[in-house]
Amino acid sequence: MAVHKTGPVRGDRYQVLPPDVRAVRAGGAALLLHVRALVLVCLFSAAALAAGVVSLGMGDYPVPLGEVVLALAGGGDPISAHVVTEMRLPRVASGAGVGAAFALAGAVFQRVVRNPLVSPDVIGINAGASAGAVLAITVLGGSTMFTVAGALIGAFASAALCYLVAYQGGVSGYRLVLVGIGVTALSSALTSYLLTRAELHDAQRASIWLTGSLANRSWSHAGVIAGALLVSVPVAVILARRLRLLELGDDMARTLGIGPDGARSALLGSGVVLAALATAAAGPIAFVALVAPQIVRRLLNESTAGLAASAACGAMLTVAADLAARSLFAPIELPVGVLTAVAGAPFLLVLLARANRIGRSG
Amino acid sequence: MKTRPRPDTATRRPVSSIGLARGNGSRAAGLAIALAALSGAVAASILIGAHPVSAAQVYTAFTDPTGSDTDRIVLHLRAPRTAVGLLAGLALGAAGTLVQAITRNPLGGPDILGVNAGAALTVVLAIAALDLVSFHGYVWFAFVGAAAAGVVVYAVGSLGQGGATPVKLALAGAAVTAMLGAVTSAVTLLDLTTLNEFRFWSVGSLGAADSAIAAGLLPFIAAGLVIAVALTRSMNALALGDTLASGLGARPHLVRGLGGAAAVLLAGAATAAAGPIGFVGLMAPHAARALVGADYRWILVWSAVIAATLLLAADVLARIMVRPEELQVGVVTALVGAPCFLYLIRRHTLVRL
Repeated sequence: MAVHKTGPVRGDRYQVLPPDVRAVRAGGAALLLHVRALVLVCLFSAAALAAGVVSLGMGDYPVPLGEVVLALAGGGDPISAHVVTEMRLPRVASGAGVGAAFALAGAVFQRVVRNPLVSPDVIGINAGASAGAVLAITVLGGSTMFTVAGALIGAFASAALCYLVAYQGGVSGYRLVLVGIGVTALSSALTSYLLTRAELHDAQRASIWLTGSLANRSWSHAGVIAGALLVSVPVAVILARRLRLLELGDDMARTLGIGPDGARSALLGSGVVLAALATAAAGPIAFVALVAPQIVRRLLNESTAGLAASAACGAMLTVAADLAARSLFAPIELPVGVLTAVAGAPFLLVLLARANRIGRSG
Repeated sequence: MKTRPRPDTATRRPVSSIGLARGNGSRAAGLAIALAALSGAVAASILIGAHPVSAAQVYTAFTDPTGSDTDRIVLHLRAPRTAVGLLAGLALGAAGTLVQAITRNPLGGPDILGVNAGAALTVVLAIAALDLVSFHGYVWFAFVGAAAAGVVVYAVGSLGQGGATPVKLALAGAAVTAMLGAVTSAVTLLDLTTLNEFRFWSVGSLGAADSAIAAGLLPFIAAGLVIAVALTRSMNALALGDTLASGLGARPHLVRGLGGAAAVLLAGAATAAAGPIGFVGLMAPHAARALVGADYRWILVWSAVIAATLLLAADVLARIMVRPEELQVGVVTALVGAPCFLYLIRRHTLVRL
């Protein structure tokens, strides 16, 4: 295995790689490593882990950090171990998974549509998934299976609606966002309607879930999100290389041997699945999908897709936001979605202001 | 501003052309029909509900109240609720017209621009933090919130080339609405007593209206409507563009300032009374424009009447759709209004007014 720097190597062979990229070769295979992206992934994951460990120790039954680490390693005091691994770990694990899924979905959408505002929460996919899931909870009783199926159907329905309404000989990013605002309003009105029709008990459960909450997560929620990541991440990873070719324009992509429409649909489809299942597991946690890829984009150079870094950043943001939501107003716990919305919306506003000033928006 | 018909859409009617009713006679006759529809909505709002009452019972309740259950329902529940719905509807329709006229933006509406959300947040804050319970106490906060949200949205939306385009304003409005909504739910979740009170109010509901709210609302709405009516001729001039408007003797900045203040007054008071009701203020002026053409003197009146009819009809629907429960009127207006919003975006002629 040899690590090559960019530049002329082996006589007349040239590597045309971006500055931060190293090629790792092993036998006949070669892997491109984005050094900065890798560093970012490590940093974000470490931060997520740190926030997670703190979060595991916090609560009605405080567990010191040392005990937490011991419990995670499988030892320690049995009561602490039970509290940490059975009661709190599902919450942190689902938080990390959900954050990663939202961020990945956002990164895919933003890259494919090439507009920083087009993320599943802004264009109404999360709202559609919520409406579907609430329908499942209130009408069918809300087992995990039904909730997941409802969220998936709702997400794909609202994605299709957005696309159809926004399509006028092509889809422009800003029209998509506007349509998304309308679709969001429609879905949330539907959700409120369903809530009013529901039994009080179901309605209460659904309305907490609707603000995006990680409270009372069990391993089944973590399972949902793990499944979503297992299915969608390989698709995204395989297609990530095509993202860069797609960004050269449809004609160029075709010349280089890629069917642009197919690649785009597959990518967007995997994004919708991720957003839908993340919503099913934890409710529509706002703005993680919008913000995480943007942070990563500012830290990486433009040509890198940065999917892994976005996912790690999303996981960190969600776990940290949950920690903050639990501790800021203790003993009252805010749903994490409220905190991400309060913190994320100004970010959206700043993005808009920037886009307006450099004259890229409608 | 007249849009030149594009070759491929030459058969379509441009946005601001003459509406269905062309002469002033047919516009006035049409207005009579619209007023009749509004009276019908008012009657329905008093008669229909969980406890149906007959017209005769309503008559006795007003002329010769005996204190029976029916009398109390009519006098203390239905009549104030209808009055608040009527006033809020008139206010939202007029506010939508004002906003669309002064921003010359077809997607302008107090709801789209975040004005309602701003008013809602400050009202919730005032009630949670200062324990203000009377309408007169918190309505002033609604004005502050409405004005602040409107200014922020307009400032962000008008950055950059081309000034405040419809798309930029709508996006900035959506971002601000999202943020204000999140803060509102944070405040209500932190304070469980306000949560209970605001769960329904925060999606827009006439359910909590009483006669004190109706009486408190009246002066603000009246003042706002008077300013709006006084501004109609200047709004017509403004529709030709600032330069031409100045040439015709209108003062664009003054008109914008007064119009904005009136819109804040109307939308803020309506929101303080009934919660942030969406899409009514956006749809009504468009419906009015389609019916009576581009003259704001007619649009304002029609829009106010249409909005009040819509709101009352939506409230009646909200009462009977999920019997025995009650839906919030904001949910019904969103269910009806969001598709209209999508239609507006999709329409080919999304240009400046």
